[in-house]
Amino acid sequence: MNLLDIVLAIPLVGFFAVLFVPRAAERAIRIVALLFSLAAFLASLGLAFGYETIRPGEQFVTDLIWVISPNIHYHVSLDGLSLWLVILSTFLTPICVLISWTYIQKRSKEFFAFLLLLEVGLTGVFAARDLFLFYVFWEVSLVPMYFLIGIWGHDRRIYAAVKFFLYTFAASVLMLTAIIFIYNRAQTFDYSSILAMLGSGSLHFSYYEQMWLFLAFFVAFAVKVPIFPLHTWLPDAHVEAPTAGSVMLASVMLKMGTYGLARFCLPMFPGAARACAPWIVVLAIIGIIYGALVAMVQPNMKKLVAYSSVSHLGFVVLGIFSFTQIGMDGAVYQMLNHGISTGALFVLVGYLYERRHSLAIADYGGVAKAAPWLSTAFMITMLASIGLPLLNNFVGEFLVLQGSAQANFHWTIFAAIGVILSACYMLWLYQRVFYGETPDEVRRHVFDLRPREWAAIVPLIAMMIWMGVYSESFLPAVRRTDAHILDQTTVNVPVRVRAPALPTTLASTRAQVVIHAH
Amino acid sequence: MPISLIPSSAEYLRFLPEIILVVSGMLLMVLDVVLRKQAREIYGHLSLVALVAALAGAVYAYSSPGPAFSGMIVADGFATFFRVLVIGVGILTVLSSYRYLNREGAEPAEYHALLLLSIAGQCVMVSSSELIMIFIGLEISSISSYVLAGYLRDDKRANEAALKYFLLGSFATAFFLYGVAVIYGLTGSTYLAAIRVSLRGGNMAPAPMFAGVAMALMFVGLGFKVSAAPFQIWAPDVYQGAPAPVSAFLTTGPKAAAFAIFLRIFMTAFQPLVADWYWWLWGAALLSMTIGNFAALTQSNVKRLLGYSSVAHAGYVLVALTAQSHVGTAAAMFYLAAYAFMNIGAFAVVAHLSGKGERFLAVDDFAGLAVKQPATAALLTIFLLSLIGVPLTGGFFGKFYIFRAALGSHLIWLTVLGLLNSAVAAYYYLRILVVMYFRDPSEATAQIEPLPAGLRAALVIPALGTLFLGIFPNWVLGFADKSSMLAK
Repeated sequence: MNLLDIVLAIPLVGFFAVLFVPRAAERAIRIVALLFSLAAFLASLGLAFGYETIRPGEQFVTDLIWVISPNIHYHVSLDGLSLWLVILSTFLTPICVLISWTYIQKRSKEFFAFLLLLEVGLTGVFAARDLFLFYVFWEVSLVPMYFLIGIWGHDRRIYAAVKFFLYTFAASVLMLTAIIFIYNRAQTFDYSSILAMLGSGSLHFSYYEQMWLFLAFFVAFAVKVPIFPLHTWLPDAHVEAPTAGSVMLASVMLKMGTYGLARFCLPMFPGAARACAPWIVVLAIIGIIYGALVAMVQPNMKKLVAYSSVSHLGFVVLGIFSFTQIGMDGAVYQMLNHGISTGALFVLVGYLYERRHSLAIADYGGVAKAAPWLSTAFMITMLASIGLPLLNNFVGEFLVLQGSAQANFHWTIFAAIGVILSACYMLWLYQRVFYGETPDEVRRHVFDLRPREWAAIVPLIAMMIWMGVYSESFLPAVRRTDAHILDQTTVNVPVRVRAPALPTTLASTRAQVVIHAH
Repeated sequence: MPISLIPSSAEYLRFLPEIILVVSGMLLMVLDVVLRKQAREIYGHLSLVALVAALAGAVYAYSSPGPAFSGMIVADGFATFFRVLVIGVGILTVLSSYRYLNREGAEPAEYHALLLLSIAGQCVMVSSSELIMIFIGLEISSISSYVLAGYLRDDKRANEAALKYFLLGSFATAFFLYGVAVIYGLTGSTYLAAIRVSLRGGNMAPAPMFAGVAMALMFVGLGFKVSAAPFQIWAPDVYQGAPAPVSAFLTTGPKAAAFAIFLRIFMTAFQPLVADWYWWLWGAALLSMTIGNFAALTQSNVKRLLGYSSVAHAGYVLVALTAQSHVGTAAAMFYLAAYAFMNIGAFAVVAHLSGKGERFLAVDDFAGLAVKQPATAALLTIFLLSLIGVPLTGGFFGKFYIFRAALGSHLIWLTVLGLLNSAVAAYYYLRILVVMYFRDPSEATAQIEPLPAGLRAALVIPALGTLFLGIFPNWVLGFADKSSMLAK
């Protein structure tokens, strides 16, 4: 039982604790939820301090036998890829509790219980190192989110909740098929053992097998990210979800997809991943531009932020499939950035909604006069989302673009259009909502931040600045793990593939060149 | 086969659960005459005691495993697994019937007697290794079930269900018996092991075509009993029309027993001819899953929906059978156990909610259950999530194990199609969750009464069982694995 297990266990205990608080004691329910989520966050800070950046491999390992036959383990650990994502989940959960404090009026017991259960699922997904366990957490995180959207969402919540569940569930059964297929070959679900077996050649998939397995995993992740043609569930789910649901969905749940791509698709099926990379990058770039264009014409603030997520996540996919160290680092960093800045955007939009009870941009105007601090917070968040230097998104987008330029310069040109477009839709949104005439409704209802709201938004803004100014606090751990993953993608590639503009031709043995771009 | 006309005491021991069940079934009938109309509850209590005793008897019988009565009965691990399963199903059915029988004003004595006899028949089925014995068990189980399906005499739907079940059921049994006759003519034996020896006998083996006819006849009979497509037409009508606790029983107990003999007959006696019937199974599995799931999509009556879903679940088990391996057999056993828990639980909630005369059976009647009775809603959620196949439930692990067996036998297409099917299925189970949690209370949930104790047990036990199978599958899986090696 190490610190990681404790981080995973705290929200689970919190879930049961909330269930045992009497329904009428609403305040007690909120306090219990807040305490447990804060405890999980503090414990996860210990992970950050205890993590040894020098070592690229697994840390905080717990490996217990769960089922003897089939050979399923409870195997959790952290590396540079999962460390920050786990902390991101635990960081955002207390914030979600805070922003739901008054927002959630009915059935708050279930709400906070589901929120904590969601945290268990999300942290578990990032920590699991056993394919079966990963799938379990993957699916388990689906259920609380389904209820969060369906019970506490807006008007079309039922449609959105069902669509969200079915999309993800249908896509992930294909992944389950692939996982079982791998197990029947390898006789293990253990991620590291499978990679080791692939590396040594004792486990080998033919090119077609690899292709099908890759696609099965890819579709499951692509729905979650979401990658362009599979994104249609996302605007519905984001718009209809309650604020906390939108935050968790955008900030953490989408990262399950990109995390999966980096964690499983690349190292386990390197040949197929490289062969498909150009196509996937094209989809990612379409997503970047399409998402931005659609965001621009949205009359609904949440929908705008939702489509901007499609656009931003395109950068992450582009970075991952550039197969360069820098691109990969940028992608992972961008996952965290998007989690912070889009999370903050949803929080602030939620604040506006709580006051004016509308998400339509047209209902607002001149909020800057009515609520200056709220506007300032929105300004900083918006600038971060655009990618202004010294704020977090800039670092991630820059690295991704640099990486993609190393791979193929044309990709960069198209992707960079997305950056420009993001400035357009965000600034325009800000102008319409915060400047201009102040309608009566706004003047009457929109007041400035309350202390509890301050407490929720300040940590997010602080993180935007920290991650923008001093990325070296976070990047070294990421970099080592990324190098390790990229190294894996050159192992035993069953066919000779031309990697997009990598300086080396990849041979069918371990390549000697590990690209260190820095 | 050593023949001794006087059975030893060990042989009676191996037949203990059946003896207990039959004796107490008869006893209940007699008691009804003696006690007249006093104390309705006593019959439930007695049959509960009898079932628990039979359960203990089944476990105790396994302490000296082996054949009995000239090898017609065999108390092996496989038989024990299924005996415990069907008796367990019986216990849960009795628990969920207390309130229901009172509410509907039905006679409890015969109901419980018939239930015990039906379970006795299923115990005979699962533990026999000889076709006549299997047939006798099948008949005992079926005839009691026909009556149970129509137990509410004044209900039109129940009458229709019983009649349909009886006519089609006897037709199917006739098919089965005809198959037995043909195989006896061909091989000169009704013992499964002897048939197997004879069928693989090289030059001396009977002509494959005749053996094929016998197999086809038995396949039709058994396919009907497990409600596999294309023999499923009766299933939704019967499960909809029968009283809810009986539907719960029919979809789990007799079905599990039918699968047990399916496994025993096709994995032992007809194992040499696997190439002939492999594709029948493949097709039946795919058809059952697809027809069951797609038909369930449009149902608005919950019992009918669960009826179609039970066809689909039969399809999943058939996938395990198609895999033709020990892993497949173990997977089928595990899945049937998981399915028994989740389906009885779901039907128990239906029985509770439907109100007198089963007025409230529409999906929409579940609206607002989560507000009115959060605990009942939470329990039903567990069952539905398990039926969907969400991890940490028995349904998920069972499905996983089935498809693992299927992929192990290179049934890639069946696996992919089956898993996609389970995604389709998610939709109609979610519909119930949607109305239950996301809608305001309906007329049905407004009038809902508090959970009576028996029903509470009939919900909590399956819920714990579902979670237990999903989180700690080791124990049951280990036993299924061990006993899936059928005696050849």
